[in-house]
Amino acid sequence: MKRITAWRRRPWAGYAVVLAALAAIGVIYAGFSPQTDRAEAQGTAQAAEDLKHGQELFNKNCASCHGLNAEGTKDAEGNAIAPSLIGVGAASVDFQVSTGRMPASNPGAQIPRKPPIPAFNTSIKTDFEEKEKREAAEKQKAQAEKNLADLRAYISSLGGGPEVPPASAVDPSKGDAALGGKLFRTNCAQCHNFTGQGGALTGGKYAPALSGDDVTPTQMYEAMLTGPQAMPVFNDTTLRPEDKQAIIAYLVQTREEPNPGGNGLGRIGPVSEGLVAWVVGVGLMIMAAMWITAKKPKKLKKS
Amino acid sequence: MSDDNKETAGSTGPREDDGRRERVIGTPSPAREKALLAEDNISAPAGVGEQLDEASAKRAERVVASFFLLAFLASVVFIAYFIGWSGRDGGMHGVWDAREVNFWLGGTMALAFLSMAIGVTIWVRRLMTSKPIVQERHELAADEETRAAFNRDFLEGAEDSGITKRPLLRRTLLLAAAPLGLAPLVLLRDLGPLPEKKLRHTFWGDAVKRAQAEGKRGVRLVVDGTNKPLKVSDFATPGSMITVLPEGMEEHLPEDQVLTQVAKAVTILINVPSGEFKPAKGRGNWHVNGIVAYSKVCTHVGCPAALYEQTTHHILCPCHQSTFDATDAAKVVFGPAARPLPQLPLSVEDGYIIATSDYHEPVGPSFWERG
Repeated sequence: MKRITAWRRRPWAGYAVVLAALAAIGVIYAGFSPQTDRAEAQGTAQAAEDLKHGQELFNKNCASCHGLNAEGTKDAEGNAIAPSLIGVGAASVDFQVSTGRMPASNPGAQIPRKPPIPAFNTSIKTDFEEKEKREAAEKQKAQAEKNLADLRAYISSLGGGPEVPPASAVDPSKGDAALGGKLFRTNCAQCHNFTGQGGALTGGKYAPALSGDDVTPTQMYEAMLTGPQAMPVFNDTTLRPEDKQAIIAYLVQTREEPNPGGNGLGRIGPVSEGLVAWVVGVGLMIMAAMWITAKKPKKLKKS
Repeated sequence: MSDDNKETAGSTGPREDDGRRERVIGTPSPAREKALLAEDNISAPAGVGEQLDEASAKRAERVVASFFLLAFLASVVFIAYFIGWSGRDGGMHGVWDAREVNFWLGGTMALAFLSMAIGVTIWVRRLMTSKPIVQERHELAADEETRAAFNRDFLEGAEDSGITKRPLLRRTLLLAAAPLGLAPLVLLRDLGPLPEKKLRHTFWGDAVKRAQAEGKRGVRLVVDGTNKPLKVSDFATPGSMITVLPEGMEEHLPEDQVLTQVAKAVTILINVPSGEFKPAKGRGNWHVNGIVAYSKVCTHVGCPAALYEQTTHHILCPCHQSTFDATDAAKVVFGPAARPLPQLPLSVEDGYIIATSDYHEPVGPSFWERG
């Protein structure tokens, strides 16, 4: 007791008691609230696992061209084979993989759109009649969505970059189609044509058509945000999210317009389409008239 | 058509018998007749010949009649559809119904006309004889007597009109015709003095002057369409491109002038990665870390040249494929354009990208006296 009393009177004793009390509170609190911490730890572990899964997918599908650390690769002459993916962001990954452009089958002037590889194909058919088939398809779809999300997370973890836009930002029904039309005509139409029918670029490259239903609003947004291949970038501070939504509204509304006169010619307009109808149609009629009035060539008469 | 046609359709010997007609590859066709027409003295086109075979004519008659019946049915369906379906509830059912209506109305009408045409064609080819009929043509020139009569009548008419007797009429008529002859010469004016200096300036010049009068260094660049002024930090992503205009066009110009001026002032702003950018001589401070502005009006014939490939840094004109190098003062690398795209001098003020003067050369295609 004596010794304790002596300790108590030391000048630093007060500080030591406060420190000890704080430590005790901390330990007790930790003991009383184990769940949150464990959940957090679990969440971190899950995230780490997802990242690891993403990295595995990357190593399997992308690393052969983009390098094991996504640093990009060059050929012997120093020309880039594949760009670095550090800092390209989740939006770029989502665009390239969900449109099937990546993984590319072979490098060329243009990496074309194609159905995504099965591991990332989130738009597979699931409305089967048979329960077994349907469940299998749904499971495959969920797995593909998880694969894509993990790959996005992995690439994001390498250096940030633009995120995938939320569904509300790409809803075509909320955009101002008139403004979108104006912005599209001034900034996009020279490559993609007035109504998004696509067009040629230099050296075998081309601007793809945006008129097919498979080009989703999210993909349009991501393309503007990240500038895939030869396309310039339109970041969110140049064309604000509402401007992008307007452009999406314009594209979706124009492509949903029906063609009252039958099959269209890329919506080049009624006058031009009429001209084609006249020239081709009347041309065919003239040929029919020539056929009707033609005499039989001599060569055929011998039989 | 059928076999009996071929039997009756003329009978000159096979071609191979005739030495002159053998074709040597690479030489002009030895055929004497034009591709479509046989010789005049050959009687038959793919027809029945001079005599009609009553049995096969009977068959053809039935075929033709059934085509006419089909035409009749199609027309009846057309009328029934028109009255009964597309015209129900007063018509006007919107564009989707218009598609369906166009299909059925067009289809039935086409079927009606087509089967009638096929019927008539078979009628002509299978039920009518095809003997040559000669129609003589008379000489085209009129005979002496007619020509003399015309001359007489013409002189008599001229005498009667008094054009020689009444000089006032003659002279006023000539006076009336003279300005029309001069008109083409007057049109030449538009090639020279009329445009004055308008083609040498754009609204960038006016806007910069106005901004400088307010104590600023230059005019801000705004996005065409949204009128959002651009900061350097807004446009910092390499590979960006956007169409810009000088700030305040709509406020400072009369409404009917806005589009005309936009057409001249329209500019593309490009963020070239600064490592790849090569500033031209004397233009070292015209860009902001690789952010560079060029006229969007092609120097060939004035199309909007804004097809920018961020991988090659080429600006393409979609009309005639003139290609300009964005990294190198928009020099022409391909195509019919003769001059680079004019460059707009840029700078920074309060974080915003500004233009510090008008284009230093006329924008757009060459013109008379451009120099």
